[in-house]
Amino acid sequence: MTARLQTVGISKQYDSVTALSPTDLEVQDGEFLTLLGPSGSGKTTLLQIIAGLVEPSGGRLFISGKDATHASAGDRGIGMVFQSYALFPHLSVWENIAYPLRMRKMDKAAIVVAVKDALEMVQMGAYAQRLPRELSGGQQQRIALARCFVYKPSVILLDEPLGALDKKLREHMQLEIRKLHKELGATFIYVTHDQEEALNLSDRICLMNNSKIEQLGTPEDLYDRPMTAFSAQFIGYSNLLTGRVQFAQDGTISLVGARFTLPLDARNVKGAGDVALVVRPEQAALCNAAEAFLKGPVKEVVFAGSDYRVFVDIGENEPFLLRCGRRDAPNVGDVVGLRWNPGHTAVVPV
Amino acid sequence: MTEHSFIRTLRHLAPAMPCLLFLVAFFCVPVVEILQTGVVNADGHFTGEQFHRLVKDTVFLKVLWTTFSISGLTALFSVVLGFPLAYYLSQMSESTRERWMLWIMVPFWTSYLVKTFAWILVLSKTGVLLTVASALGLVSDPAPLVPSMLGVMVGMVHAMLPLAVINMLPIMRGVNAQFLQAAETLGASRSVSFFSVFLPMAAPGVAAAGLLVFITTLGFFILPALLGSPKETMVAQMVIQAINELFNLPYAAALSAVLLVSAVAVFLLYDKLVGLSSLSGDTRASSNRKSAAWSTLALISIGRILGGGYRMAGPMVSRLNGLKTYGFLMVALLSLPIVIVFPIAFTDSSFLSFPPKGFSLRWFDTFITSSVWQASFIRSLGVAAVTAVLSTVLGVGAVLALTRLPGRWSKPVFAFLLAPLIVPRIVVAVGLFYLFSRLGLVGTDLGLTIGHTVLAIPYVVVTMAAALKRFDWRLDDAAKILGASAFTRQRTVHLPIMIGSVAAAMQMAFVISFDELTIAIFVSGGMKNTLPKQMWDDMVLQVNPTLAAVSLVMVVIIALLVITPSFYKKIRRAKAV
Repeated sequence: MTARLQTVGISKQYDSVTALSPTDLEVQDGEFLTLLGPSGSGKTTLLQIIAGLVEPSGGRLFISGKDATHASAGDRGIGMVFQSYALFPHLSVWENIAYPLRMRKMDKAAIVVAVKDALEMVQMGAYAQRLPRELSGGQQQRIALARCFVYKPSVILLDEPLGALDKKLREHMQLEIRKLHKELGATFIYVTHDQEEALNLSDRICLMNNSKIEQLGTPEDLYDRPMTAFSAQFIGYSNLLTGRVQFAQDGTISLVGARFTLPLDARNVKGAGDVALVVRPEQAALCNAAEAFLKGPVKEVVFAGSDYRVFVDIGENEPFLLRCGRRDAPNVGDVVGLRWNPGHTAVVPV
Repeated sequence: MTEHSFIRTLRHLAPAMPCLLFLVAFFCVPVVEILQTGVVNADGHFTGEQFHRLVKDTVFLKVLWTTFSISGLTALFSVVLGFPLAYYLSQMSESTRERWMLWIMVPFWTSYLVKTFAWILVLSKTGVLLTVASALGLVSDPAPLVPSMLGVMVGMVHAMLPLAVINMLPIMRGVNAQFLQAAETLGASRSVSFFSVFLPMAAPGVAAAGLLVFITTLGFFILPALLGSPKETMVAQMVIQAINELFNLPYAAALSAVLLVSAVAVFLLYDKLVGLSSLSGDTRASSNRKSAAWSTLALISIGRILGGGYRMAGPMVSRLNGLKTYGFLMVALLSLPIVIVFPIAFTDSSFLSFPPKGFSLRWFDTFITSSVWQASFIRSLGVAAVTAVLSTVLGVGAVLALTRLPGRWSKPVFAFLLAPLIVPRIVVAVGLFYLFSRLGLVGTDLGLTIGHTVLAIPYVVVTMAAALKRFDWRLDDAAKILGASAFTRQRTVHLPIMIGSVAAAMQMAFVISFDELTIAIFVSGGMKNTLPKQMWDDMVLQVNPTLAAVSLVMVVIIALLVITPSFYKKIRRAKAV
C-alpha cells in the first residue's frame, strides 16, 4: 500500500539558517498524525512545505504516490486550517465556505447543497449570512473547518487551530475535531506545541526538535518508551536520573550515579555508558526505608485536585516528583523512601 | 546574486515599471535639468557663476535667512501647539477620534489659497478681528495686522498644525497605555510617567512632524506673498519672480537648486540624528545609553516639578478637562477662519467687509456665469479626475511590486517613489516648465495632469503601502490552498479587502490636484487656468467677494471628499451589526 503522503529527504534552508533538516515521513490514508514540538523545531515549516506555501530547498514530496514537490498549492488536493482561521473578512460565512467550490467551478445547485451540509456538520447552519467578525473564536474555528473539508480534500492540514481558544473551549473542540476525523475519513496532519493535545488526538505523534524528527510513534510509544531525554521531558513530566550502566557478575544491571545505585531492567538497556533513567511521577511510590531505591526529605507538597504532587529532595539538582493519593500524602520534612517497577521505566542516552 | 533570482526580481519589478518610468521622465529629468541649468552656462561649460552671484547677493541671503526662520518657527510652533492636541486624540476611543479627525482633516485638505484668503478677511484693516475689537472699544484707529510677519506666522502655523498632528498621532497611539500604568504602579506620578515614559517614546513622531513641516514650508510662497510684507519674502517667491518677471531661467534654476539642497540636507541631517524609519511610525531604540540615562533623569525631574505645580493649582483643574478645553480651542481655531468665509460669500456689497452687508447670491452668480471661472472650474475637475485615476493606477502597480521585492530592492524603490514629497514643489514646477516648454506641453491640460500625477504618486504609494502592511497574507495563503490562481486571488481577495484604501488613495490624489497651484502657475501658461490659478491671479490683483464664493465652493467639495469615506464606514458598520 502506498502512503497517502510521503516526504523523502525534504528540507528547507534560509540562507545560513536550517529551518528543516532532510526529513523522511510517511503518513497513511486516514491517519491522524500530529507534528509536535517547541517553536522553531521545524514543524510549521514541514507543514507549509506539504501545503505548498513554502518551496523546499531539497527532497521530494509525494501525495497519493504522485510527485507533488513543485505542484501549486491549489493543485495538491489539500485542505488547511490556519492558526488565525484566515476567514475572508469581506465574505459571509456562506461565501467563505462556497469559495473553494467556486474555484472548482462546481454548479450552483451543488454548491448550495454542499455548503448546507458542511454548515450542518459543524452545527453552524444558523450563521450562514454572518460575517466572520460577528462570530466568536470557537464559531470561526468551526467555519474554518467547514471551509476546509467542504471540497473533500484527502489530506487536511491543521496549523495550531486551537491555539487562540481558552482551555475549556479547546478541550471541547478537540472532541469535535476527533469526531470530524472519524466522519470524514481523511488524513489529518495537525501541528501543535501542546503535548496534551497531541496525546489526546493523534494516531501517531511526530515529535520534532532542532529542525528534525526526534521520535515518531503512537502516543503510548512516546509516553512509555521515550527514546531520548528530550522526548521524555517534552511529553509528560519525567524524573531523569543520570548515571553509568554497570553489569554485575550475577547478571543484574544497575545504574550508578553520584549518590545512588538503581536497578535496571535488562530489556531496557541497549548498551554501556552514560544514560538516564526515566521515571514518570505516577510510576514511583512511597515505601519504607528498607525497600527504597532512593531516600530523601519531602521539600514541598502541592495540592493538584485529584491528588498531591510531592517533591522529594534526593540530593540531585532537581527534586524527584511523585504523585500521592489524597490519604497517603506525607508532610513537608518527612524523610521518605521511593521505589518503582524497573520493568516499566525507560532508559535513554544522554 | 544568481542569474535566476535576478530575473525573478525583474519580473517582480514589472508592475512598478510604468510608475518608475513616469517618475524618471517627469520628476528626475526635470529636477536634474534644473540642477544642471544652475551650474552650466550658455556655452555648456560648468560654472559656479550663478551661485557666486547668489552668495554675494545680500538680498538673496536675507531672503534665504527669512525662509529658514519662517520654516523653522512654523515647525516649532506647529509641533508645540500640536503636541497636546495629538496627545488628546491618541487617548480617545477609535470612534470618537474618527469624529475629531474630520475637524482636523477638513482644514488640512482645504486649499492654502482659501485659508490665506480667510486670514486676509480676519486680519486686514477692515477684517473681522479689528472690526470686532474697535466695536468693543478695545482699539481705536487700528493698524492692520496684515501684511506682517505676524500674519505670515499665523497663516503658516494654521496651515501646518494639522500636518504636525497627523504625523505625531500614529506613534503616540502606538505607545501602549500599559507602559504608563506600569510607571504609575512603580511609583511615578502621572506627570512623571508622562515625561519619563510617554514623551521619550513619542519623541520620534515629534521629530518627524517637525521635519515634514519644515521641509514643506521651505517652498511656500502663497502665504508670505499674500499675508506678508516684502520683508517676509521667501525663496520660492524669488523663483516665481525670476521666471514670470525676469524671464531668467538659470537664475530661477540656481534658486531652486538652493531650495532642493537645503531640503535634502535637512533630510539627511534628520536621518543621522533620528533615523528615517521614524517617518513611517517605527521607533528605534536609543543607541546612546549614557545620554539616555541622563535625559531620563532630567525628564523625571521636569515631571516632578510640573506635577508639583499642577497639584498646587488645586484639584479643581482636572487633567482631562484641561486637555479637552485645549482640544476644542485648537479645533475651533483651525476651522473658524475657514467658516468666516461663508457669510462673506453671501454679501450684497462689492467690498469685503465684516459683518457682511445684506444677503445675495450675486457672487455665486458671478462665479457660475463668468466664462473665466467656469472654464477654470471645469478644467480643475477634469484634470483632478484624470490625475486621480492615473496616479492610482501607477501607484498601486508600484506598491504591488514592492510587496514582492526582496528587502534590499524594496527600500530604495520605496524611497524613490516618495521623493516627490521631499523635493520642494516649486523645484518640480520649474523643472517641468523647462521640460514642457520644449515638448510643447506648457498651457495644456496634459501637462497639468502629468505634473499633478507626479505630486500625487507618493500619497497613493503611502496609502496603499499602509493598506498592504495591514493586509493579512495568510488570507492569500488560504485562497491559494482553496484553489484560487494568482489573478483570481487579486480579484476575489486582495481587491475587495483593500477597495477602501484604493478609493482613499484616489480621493487624496483628486484633492491634491484640485487645489494644486505651484505647477499650475508655470504649466498653465496663463491661458489654461485651473481654479486655484484663477484664484491666485485674482488675489494678487485685488481681493473681491467672488473669491469668497469660490472659496466656499472649494471648501464644500473638499469637505465632502473628506467626510464621505467615514460616512461610508459608518453605514457599513451599521449594516454589519
